[in-house]
This record gives sequence, C-alpha cells and structure tokens, in this order.
Amino acid sequence: MSRTPLDTVEHAAATPDVELPWAELGLKKDEYERVVEILGRRPTGAELAMYSVMWSEHCSYKSSKVHLRQFGEKAPQSDAMLVGIGENAGVVDVGQGYAVTFKVESHNHPSYVEPYQGAATGVGGIVRDIIAMGARPVAVVDPLRFGAADHPDTKRVLPGVVAGIGGYGNCLGLPNIGGEVVFDACYQGNPLVNAGAIGVMRHEDIHLAKASGAGNKVILYGARTGGDGIGGASILASETFDDAKPSKRPAVQVGDPFQEKLLIECTLEAFKEKLVVGIQDLGAAGLSCATSELASNGSGGMRVTLDDVPLRDSTLSPEEILMSESQERMCAVVEPDKVDRFLEICEKWDVIATVVGEVTDGDRLEIFWHGEKIVDVDPRTVAHEGPTYERPYARPEWQDALQADDANKLPRPTSGEELKDQVLKLVGSPNQASKKWITSQYDHFVQGNTVLAQPEDSGMIRVDEKTGLGVAIATDGNGRYAKLDPYTGAQLALAEAYRNVATTGAKPLAVSDCLNFGSPEDPAVMWQFAEAVRGLADGCQQLGTPVTGGNVSLYNQTGEAAIHPTPVVAVLGVIDDVARRTPVAFQEEGQLLYLLGDTREEFGGSAWSQVVHDHLGGLPPKVDLERERLLAEILISASRDGMIDSAHDLSDGGLVQAVVESALLGGKGARLVVPDGLDAFTFLFSESAGRAIVAVPRSEEVRFNDMCGARGLPATRIGVVDGDSVEVQGEFALTLADLREVHEGTIPALLA
Amino acid sequence: MARVVVDVMLKPEILDPQGQAVQRALPRLGFEGISDVRQGKRFELEVDGPVDEAALARIHDLAESFLANTVIEDFVVKVEDPAEVAEAAK
Repeated sequence: MSRTPLDTVEHAAATPDVELPWAELGLKKDEYERVVEILGRRPTGAELAMYSVMWSEHCSYKSSKVHLRQFGEKAPQSDAMLVGIGENAGVVDVGQGYAVTFKVESHNHPSYVEPYQGAATGVGGIVRDIIAMGARPVAVVDPLRFGAADHPDTKRVLPGVVAGIGGYGNCLGLPNIGGEVVFDACYQGNPLVNAGAIGVMRHEDIHLAKASGAGNKVILYGARTGGDGIGGASILASETFDDAKPSKRPAVQVGDPFQEKLLIECTLEAFKEKLVVGIQDLGAAGLSCATSELASNGSGGMRVTLDDVPLRDSTLSPEEILMSESQERMCAVVEPDKVDRFLEICEKWDVIATVVGEVTDGDRLEIFWHGEKIVDVDPRTVAHEGPTYERPYARPEWQDALQADDANKLPRPTSGEELKDQVLKLVGSPNQASKKWITSQYDHFVQGNTVLAQPEDSGMIRVDEKTGLGVAIATDGNGRYAKLDPYTGAQLALAEAYRNVATTGAKPLAVSDCLNFGSPEDPAVMWQFAEAVRGLADGCQQLGTPVTGGNVSLYNQTGEAAIHPTPVVAVLGVIDDVARRTPVAFQEEGQLLYLLGDTREEFGGSAWSQVVHDHLGGLPPKVDLERERLLAEILISASRDGMIDSAHDLSDGGLVQAVVESALLGGKGARLVVPDGLDAFTFLFSESAGRAIVAVPRSEEVRFNDMCGARGLPATRIGVVDGDSVEVQGEFALTLADLREVHEGTIPALLA
Repeated sequence: MARVVVDVMLKPEILDPQGQAVQRALPRLGFEGISDVRQGKRFELEVDGPVDEAALARIHDLAESFLANTVIEDFVVKVEDPAEVAEAAK
C-alpha cells in the first residue's frame, strides 16, 4: 500500500482525485464518502486504514448498536455495578473491598483459519482486556461450538482449538474453570470460539481507557509490531468467508503467552505504583484502535510518531503499522515525571517499552511518519462516530413452519427397555457425553484458588484466602432453542447460566454476553439478533443482573447458511464462603433426591429430539424468570445453611442427564421413582426450565421441605442416592459401569 | 533408497517466539552480531524406490497437507544427493 511520494495530509489535500482502495479495505461507498465529508478532503492512506478498521462491523458494531442500546436502557438498578458497558470490560463489586471484572469475546473466524493460534490469541486478547481494567486475571472459560462431531473438519478444528486454549492459558498460569463444548452441523465451517476471563482487584485499582492531561506521554509496550493480521479486523472478522478469495486471508496472528505473562506482571506493577493515567490493550485494529479510543475518551488530542514504534519487520508501511494486530501489546498514558519509572519497570520485566507520542491540548489525533503528518483526524469520528445501520429485519417465513413442527408429537418410547436404550443413546451422544477428554487438556488448578471447575455447574474461584470470599461464573447458550424462538432462546441461556451459578451456591450479580449470529445483511438473521437482544435485555432487567459488556460476532455463515442464532451468556456470581459451595456429585448414600420446579411436556429443541429423532422444531421450553429467581434463592439459602449436599441444574438432556452426571461424578447410584402426575418419559427427558435436583441429608429433610413450602417452590421427592446403578423403579436399571462407558467413551473415540 | 528433505519455516511475517527467545539469549551467552533468528523444522524422509517426479509430487502433497501448516508456514522439498548421504553414513 505504500506509495511514493508519501501520502501526507498535505499531499492528500492537494490531490483530491487520487483513487484509494476503500472497497478492498471493506468500506462501502457511502461510508467512504462520509470519511471524505468528515475530513473535508480525501483521506490519506493511513487515515483510510484507520477508518476502515475502526468502522468495520467488528470494531464499530454498526449493525448491532441500535439494538445493543437496550442493555443500557433496560439496565436494572444494581449497587454491584462499578463500571458498565463501553470500557474494556465491566467491573462488579463483590464485597469486602474487592471488585471483579469479566468479559466474553469471540475469536471465531481466526480459529477456523488457524485453530491453534486463533484460539490461543483469543485467550490472549480477553486476558489483556482484563489487565487493562487494572485487575489481575484469575481464570478463563471457553464456550466452544463445532460442526458435527463426526465431520472430518471437526477433527482438524477442535484439537487445534483445544490445544491452543490449553497452550496459551496453561503457559500464562491461568486456570480454565468452565465453558461448554457443543456440536451441531450448523457450525460446520463457522466454529464458535468464545473466550471469557475473570480478573480481581481492589476497588481503588480500577483503571479506565482514556488519555487526559496535555503533555502526558503515550507509551507503547509489549511485543514488537509485525505484519500480523493486517486488515484482520476489517476483512477477516467482517466479511463472510468466500472460498474463491483466499488472498483475502491476512497473516495469522501468533501468540506468545510468555510475553503476555510479562505484560501482566509489568502492567500490574505499574498500576501498583500509580504510574498510569489511562490504558488500553491492543487487540483488533491495533494501534488505530488504541490511539483513537484513548484520545477520544480523554479530554485532549494526541500526537503520535509512528517511526518510534518498535518493529519486527522494518519494511512495514505506516498504514500496516496502524492496522497490525500483533499480539501482546498495550498502550499506556503516563505523566512525564513518571515515564522513567514506568520504563524501568518494563525493563525489569524484559518488556520493550517506547514513548511513541503525547497527549495534546487540542482535539485532533495527529500521526507523523518521517517527520510528515500522515493522519490528522478528530479521534471521536474514528472511534465512536462510525456509521450506524438500522438494518431491515423481518421474521423469516419459515419460522411458523418450524414452530408448527411440534417435537411433542414425536414418537415416544413405550417400554422400559426402550427408555433404557434412549437414555444410553442420550448420555453417550456427543453433546451430552463427558467432555473430560477436552477439559483435561486445560490446567484447572494452577494458582491454587480453584474451588470448582468443569464439569461442575459453574466454575468457582476463591478471591480471599482468609474470609473464603469467592466468585463463580457459568456460560451457557443453546442455539437450537434460539433458532426456534430467539427471544425465548436468549432468555433460556440467561436463565441457565443464572441457575448454574446459583446451583453452586453463589448469588448471581451480573452478565456478559457473546452474541454469535449470521450475516446482518440478511433480514432473517437481523430479526434473530434483534429478538435475542430484546430477550436478553428484558431478562436481565427482570433478574436484576445488568449486562456489563460483551461482544457481537456477525457474519458467521457460509453462503446462504447461517449458524443457529447463538447468544452465549456468562453470569458472574459471588459466594461469601467458598467452603459452602454445592458440588454436582452425589456425596453420600441414603441422601434424598428432590426435584425442584415444575416439569411439563417440553421437548422442542431438546437433546432427546436431536439424539433420537434428529429433529428440530416446535417451541423451546417456557421461561419463568420469577421462578428462576425463587429457585436461585432456595439453592443459595440451602447451600449456606447446609441443607443440601449436592445439586445439579436441569437443562439439555433433562433430569436423567443430570442424575447420570451426578451419579458418575460421585461414584454413587440413584433409585428414582416417577412422581405422581408424570409419565416416566416426560419425567426423564423433559427440558422444562427453572428446575434443579438436590440431594438432601435425611436430617435436613423437614427443614428443607418447610423452606420450599413456605416460599412456594414445588419440591418433589423423587428418590434416593443408593447403589451402583441408576434405576427408575418399574422401568429399567443401568449400572454405573455401563453408563460410564458410553458417557466417557464417546469423545475420545471421535477425536483422540 | 534416497533421502528427501522437507524444510518447514514459519512464513516471514509470522511471529516466531522461539526464534526470538534464542536471539535474546545469544548476547547473554557472549555471541554477538546476530540480529535475528528464526527457527524451523527439518524432516528427513527415506524414500523407497526412485525419487522421480511422481514421488516428489507425492512428497509435496504430504508436506503441504501434513508436515507444514501452510496457513502460517512455508516449506521447501529437496532431494539429498545419494552419494553425500552415503558419505555421511560412514
């Protein structure tokens, strides 16, 4: 892209007719014209590079913004919220002077192109968001979705992604405590690699991304800048893959976790000495993003000398330097008299740090190269005033037919023997099978604060050793439900994550989301998106858990085929004392099993309908958020008062899936009795929401029943923890050994 | 029998953390004057039968699909002089 002579601001003003490759950089004609209008002249090559990456879908949220506003407008009053949407990550008060920051992001397209590095740099990126808030990262989670489990490409993508997450996270010394793995043919060619991270800090340590105070220095530190992912933000993440144009695929970013570890320690030490005025990590859109966001969030302007950026490849043009997505870099704003100390700390950690510019008292972002001005823009127009689209959306014509194709009418098992076969089929299906083969490649316990990790309902980390204060996180999403009804599907994802957090004994506080959808240019996809956002915002309002931030990933589609709408929801919770947590595994024989909540005939989108009938149709289970809230309160109280010894939320796969998991994890069987008013099939396979099973010690039974009765939560005794098989009285029995073989054998057989 | 060597290197624009680590270690160990290090992989394939065009095409395929990750790596296929190989074996 480099032209001779250098395309300076002056040159651009003098040569208005020069044609720039705006279309190749992903800008639409009207967007380019808007840039010309803003500048009052044609942009320079460097300016065009900045606008094109920052106005891409990935960075500007131009299609989603009008809908995402609801998260702010409908945000419930919450005393816990310290920093909301718009910063690198949201921050939540968890008590005792601690604050927690957490966020989920997508790294879908890069992980399809190069699974290992794509997933690894996904972890790196989200961890830097956490550091940029001033927090020490303490754990990561990874919700993953792949094509059909037996598809050959899944065998290429999945092991690479899993190894990348493990490789990067394990090297950083961060425990991986949760997430999901889901297989569905709709993700073939568009796997979803979402990465979440949690960080902990004291309230006074919160840092924001802004550059204020004229004369303050802008320091770029971390790895050198190379040709990584140039244009990745605008091209890779915003355009649908098109097999005909492989040249559009830019250089893959390669992560270096050891560099990132140094960056963590170095940044936290600089924070501790209060050397930093503002900070921003370099992710998508690299320096373009960091400089324009820092400058537009602060009070003044900024002047940057691009020649001072340390390069890995000396042939990079200024445009490429601005667009490079080299990993493990951060940008800090530091007062002049603290620069020396800041650089000293960087040197101690063997981190390259360079002053590349300073904050000015004007309101322009000016960038120089070889002494000439190549960028002169109002940073707000780059970072915040990008295009906003009111994309047309319409309920797809096929939605009615899909919903009319009722899963409740599918043929059901008629004998105990048939039930037994279907149970085995269910618990051994790729989506319901144990994911141990995958999660055992991640380190769960490094740092020594992990209280719960997969396959528990939520991951839990101890925050304070003395008091036992802890935080829990669960991520959930169900594309099948969302396909049937995006509004309800999004709320079901929220409800499940909320329930999962409560099931472990923690109080849900706040939400982050990663919204994965197809192309926003398709009105049907846009409708799914609009409905899902509306559902999520309404749900968060009702549950009192604000959305603190998140990420939107669009264009997850190949040709006409979009993925299922897949809103992934992360719920963060707090627990006063992690010693009171509730595990999934059955603890002791003789304990009584109770089913909490109401079971209805709800099979639309269910795992049963998928596994047994390869069917997707009907309506997803109903959502009752008031019931979810009541259930959560009961689960938290019961855990705090020692009334239950284990608990498991009921979701995909229904009750039988939950019982089998608890039994296998505890190495103890269960004898179940079908309660009055239910048939065995509905009892075992229904996916009604707002339910959990709990194991109650006999000594606590009266107290527990009284509590549920007093608060109006249906609690039905369904059996007892006992023996070495899962038995449904009068129907069938399956030994733990047989269950274990199918449940734990499936994934290794497919992938190992 | 002949030996075919496949050299796999990260593409020039791709970050090479291992190479960088080696490069940073050099001055510490007293080796001056090395400004950059990039580290790659070398595969030595012992081929049954003649190394003709068909065999080389096959090796090219296997290198492209298995030995190298062509998203981030380049590779070169070379035939080693059989005489040299024999010499080295002594």
